[in-house]
Amino acid sequence: MFNIDIYNKLTILSDSAKYDVACTSSGVDRKGKFGSIGSAAKAGICHSFSADGRCISLLKVLLTNACVFDCKYCVNRVSNDSVRVAFTPQELAELTINFYRRNYIEGLFLSSGVIRSPNYTTEQMIKALELLRNGYHFGGYIHVKAIPGADGELITRLGLLADRMSINIELPSQESLTLLAPNKTKESILRPMGLISTKIQENCTDLVKYRHASKFVPAGQSTQLIVGATPDSDYKILTLTEGLYRKYRLKRVFFSAYVPVAENSLLPSMDTKPPLIREHRLYQADWLLRFYGFEAKELLDEQNPNFNLQVDPKCNWALNHLEKFPLEINKAPFEMLLRVPGIGVTSAQRILTARRSGPIDFSGLKKIGVVLKRAQYFVTCKGKIMEGLKINSEGAIRSLMADQYKLPSRYPEQLSLFNEPFITREDVHRCLTGQI
Amino acid sequence: MLDRTDIVYAYDGSFEGLMCCVFDSYEHKEIPSIIRPPSVQQTLFDTAKWIETDENKADRVFNSIPMKISYEAQELAKLGFLTCAPNKELLIFHFLRLGFKYGDKVMTMLTDDTVCSLQKAVRHLTSESHKFKGFVRFSVYGEVLVAVIEPKNYVLPLLSPHFCDRYHSERFMIYDKTHGMAIIYQSKKAELIYVEDLTLPDVDSVEVEYRRLWKQFYKTIAIEGRINSRCRTTFMPKRYWDQMTEFDKNNASTKW
Repeated sequence: MFNIDIYNKLTILSDSAKYDVACTSSGVDRKGKFGSIGSAAKAGICHSFSADGRCISLLKVLLTNACVFDCKYCVNRVSNDSVRVAFTPQELAELTINFYRRNYIEGLFLSSGVIRSPNYTTEQMIKALELLRNGYHFGGYIHVKAIPGADGELITRLGLLADRMSINIELPSQESLTLLAPNKTKESILRPMGLISTKIQENCTDLVKYRHASKFVPAGQSTQLIVGATPDSDYKILTLTEGLYRKYRLKRVFFSAYVPVAENSLLPSMDTKPPLIREHRLYQADWLLRFYGFEAKELLDEQNPNFNLQVDPKCNWALNHLEKFPLEINKAPFEMLLRVPGIGVTSAQRILTARRSGPIDFSGLKKIGVVLKRAQYFVTCKGKIMEGLKINSEGAIRSLMADQYKLPSRYPEQLSLFNEPFITREDVHRCLTGQI
Repeated sequence: MLDRTDIVYAYDGSFEGLMCCVFDSYEHKEIPSIIRPPSVQQTLFDTAKWIETDENKADRVFNSIPMKISYEAQELAKLGFLTCAPNKELLIFHFLRLGFKYGDKVMTMLTDDTVCSLQKAVRHLTSESHKFKGFVRFSVYGEVLVAVIEPKNYVLPLLSPHFCDRYHSERFMIYDKTHGMAIIYQSKKAELIYVEDLTLPDVDSVEVEYRRLWKQFYKTIAIEGRINSRCRTTFMPKRYWDQMTEFDKNNASTKW
């Protein structure tokens, strides 16, 4: 019953899909139904973690790795001499269902190289998903990639079969696109993105009117930006990200540290290490935009267009705004608690809850789950700073930066914390630029 | 109130039994320093007081929780009982006593040691249960799906609704090796049963083939330039690996 081919096809088509970072299965709750298999959980479920530490939630494969496009950064570009294969809709459905039954996966992530034309490719993807949804009654999660340049009508049909849809922007500027992805334009990416966004809005109103209206990508849309393949700055990437959340109401923007897959004079050389810390900083900043009420312009600007690799963005912001601290834990509003390094959304909520039954002290903060190692420099409890807190200015910064680098130790300088501003903006800058 | 520190309660290990401990403590105005389930060996010179499980008393305590404290508190006590916290009985006991004293305010007393520890234990339970929603691996035996897990907390009651909903039209079994329990789901009904030991037959060639495909997918999807095993074990500690197909070295293995 097994075509020996399946093993090889799976290998090739998952290998070429792996550079897509998104593997989340979140955003939609759907109950199982009798006669069908599958459900979806709002929070998403990770089924495994690969050796690179990334969550495996979906069977992430291409329908085919054949492609007529020639994007320089992509393994599937037409000019790359590699074996080309394709799943039949039947093969893909069997594989998905059988993985799903064994609880290996939460669903399917289907992308594809462009065969013949964007429209033809989209039609093939629709065929595969229709078989899975209607033939096999699959009720699990489906994330599908929209192909840039496909007609609106086809994208709509595809969207009705999927939970989430995404179009990868990949390169954050038109210049980079022209240079590295000659077959794509900003327009060919943003037009379908706009279409999906409008459709989702329309669908929401429809659902209010007609309870049984079919759902159009109920888990929303996402996109991916490649980091480090082009000279685009973090500031550019982050403002673009913010714009996408606001204008296109994207659910997620993913960042992918560029892993060299091709020798090309326009790209970083093959021995370049993927900029993982930079990617990590962008994700941290992305979190700050989505859950902490920060704006891109608070974190970066034209003068400082890139994140400091040694200090996380929130800590960096706090060090640059020492005039707002220390904050009294028992009085500070929620929005400000969120801005304290070492206090996350959960602990900020717990602080609000705990305040209702009485004032909180430092040992209470610890029990609540606040990371005192970070927060201690920025808060007071009942008007007092943490007992025994003495810092030498260098030490303070160093301990804050402990997540990345240890700076060489110098002679200690004892300073009491809030008698005088313990770290000035200049100190921080000098320290960060290595002048201390 | 007598506050002798040497009172030891022994109960039958059921949630109802624990509720009766709460009842008796109020009735006799005493605070036990230990509440012992039958699984714990008694020590020398130990004069434990046996608390008889009485459904009426248990119901009275349990039903009074939402009235005197809150539904959230009732839920927390119930979940607390499923945790692997070694002192879960005392935690729940003290939590309820605090609750009966302070009312629903007890749920906001996050800096209190008892409340904090109980919530922490429950978070451990719910997060482990969430992990297992993903990490459970079924093998197909004819028409039946079978999985084995070794959780620290008693997660089966939390996993049951998820898998029953997802595999609506399937027949499946999840065997919890740690607690000697299993959930069995067939013809739309789920049942929790005691299982001492489980020996499974050999799997067929189709099963072997899908395992092989999954392992290959697992291997292929990792990006070599980003290998980060510390990150992987943070999200998926090694204690889960034993029962996961992708780490099974033997292709046709059926041993657990």
